[in-house]
Amino acid sequence: MGSTITEKILASHCGKKVVEPNEFIEPKVDIALSNDVTAPLAVKEFRKAKIKKVFNKNKIAFVMDHFTPNKDILSAEHVKFVREFAKEHKIKHYYEGGNVGVEHALLPEKGIIVPGDVVIGADSHTCTYGALGAFSTGVGSTDVSAAIATGKVWFKVPNSIKFVLTGKLNKWVSGKDIILYIIGLIGVDGALYNSMEFAGPLCKKLTMADRLTIANMAIEAGGKSGIFTPDEITENYVAKRAQRKYKFYTSDKDAKYLKIFEIDCNKILPQVAIPFLPSNTKAVKDIKKTYIDQVVIGSCTNGRIEDLRIAASIIKKGKKVNPNVRTFIIPATPEVYSQALDEGLLRIFMDAGAVISAPTCGPCLGGHMGILASGEKCVSTTNRNFVGRMGHVESQLFLANPAIAAASAIKGYIATPDEI
Amino acid sequence: MSDIILKGKAHKYGSNVNTDEIIPARYLNTTDPAILSKYCMEDIDKNFVKNVKSGDIIVAENNFGCGSSREHAPIAIKAAGISAVIANSFARIFFRNSINIGLPILESPEAVKAIKSGDTIEINLNEGIIKNVTKNKSYQSQPFPEFMQKIIKAGGLLDYIKSTGGEQS
Repeated sequence: MGSTITEKILASHCGKKVVEPNEFIEPKVDIALSNDVTAPLAVKEFRKAKIKKVFNKNKIAFVMDHFTPNKDILSAEHVKFVREFAKEHKIKHYYEGGNVGVEHALLPEKGIIVPGDVVIGADSHTCTYGALGAFSTGVGSTDVSAAIATGKVWFKVPNSIKFVLTGKLNKWVSGKDIILYIIGLIGVDGALYNSMEFAGPLCKKLTMADRLTIANMAIEAGGKSGIFTPDEITENYVAKRAQRKYKFYTSDKDAKYLKIFEIDCNKILPQVAIPFLPSNTKAVKDIKKTYIDQVVIGSCTNGRIEDLRIAASIIKKGKKVNPNVRTFIIPATPEVYSQALDEGLLRIFMDAGAVISAPTCGPCLGGHMGILASGEKCVSTTNRNFVGRMGHVESQLFLANPAIAAASAIKGYIATPDEI
Repeated sequence: MSDIILKGKAHKYGSNVNTDEIIPARYLNTTDPAILSKYCMEDIDKNFVKNVKSGDIIVAENNFGCGSSREHAPIAIKAAGISAVIANSFARIFFRNSINIGLPILESPEAVKAIKSGDTIEINLNEGIIKNVTKNKSYQSQPFPEFMQKIIKAGGLLDYIKSTGGEQS
């Protein structure tokens, strides 16, 4: 019996030839990461346990991205607490201020995470790195605390579910629509405890940006991880960035899957997830006219340069955002920001009346930089539309791709770019 | 080791109770369990904190604790006085976090189906037996794998690591 890419990566990190689903293992981790919300707890636990040394100062990443630039005194104290720990232990990958970007956009961009890695992060969207052909999964602060002490983590080897993507992408359809469609199909616990492996002929045509978006939202189906088979597109992305050696793994032809879904992407039209679950997906054309108060374009899901380019192209066509719609553009990293500046995208957003923010998770989790009042509605390129996610419990969040978000900002209601 | 018995009234919820509802992000600028407990379940049940008594049990349907990785969620639940959570199923990061911080969690769809809010529940944690005292019915939940039982017995993940001499110094 063959192995999946996930099983192969995990086996290689615990000194075994093969691992089987449901087996408990303690693999070595290549990177353990944490942010300004979860790292304070991890550091507190680490100090409480009186552990003296971190396992490897080069394999830990602290990214201060959620409530930064610090939104209040308590948040500033948290960051200070983590900063002091990072200095004391000479943590190599500490990001704050002008260096910081949204963690899951920043770490692949900087080549800190590479194909073949085992990555854990005290952030549920750590599954993003599966786009590179790494095994990566979200854990809690105590898990990270243990991993930065020992370099290891306990796991149950997940079963894999294969999603065979076929067909072509329709107009205005992107990776975001594919993953929203899949979550709509299988539900928010449809892949609970399992690895979601994306395969099929369409995968070879998906950009890294699309793959990162798809893997990013595996957690919204309950998945332990999402993963793509690395190929030439991966190689082109990684070669110029990788800070370490990397290795491409591939699933065997006779690997075992819990389930296999054939996804005919010809059927997928631009999607929107209506409140209050990411699985409440519908085609944009099938929802009733919904007037909105705010648009957010950014996050670890859709804050990359490709996302800003498509948003800018649509906003340029419409010239001005609707006066009833506060529009926030949040480049996910300093590199994305800088590139958007060089390409003239920020000028387009400014002239259209949008607000351009420093890189931050900010409104995605209802932190700051665009919190909703009661009764307000927002179209967001982020990943969750739970009750109260971006503010008041009676606010409503609609998840969509950047093209839909940009078109909606212009029209003042949830719209496709064809309406401009 | 003598049996651990947990007893309290049930607070029942549906499916997909997420970590944003358990502890909204607006309170994540603290790690203090006492402060977090004051806002526990605020966005799904405003009266929870008012009604909860020490020892009470949360009962929920599928995928309890889905969403973010915030360990603040099980911490808030534990600090609010909840002695255990029973559900049909748990989201996996919430499951890990609960084991790691020592919040007992049990899976039993049969028990969940029969329990109503306000029922008195008694749990024998060693045996995994859930007793609905109000209805005088008992249910057997899935026992934890041995690996996890060791973590629980050690009092949490870091204590377990220290007990096995796992840290590399």
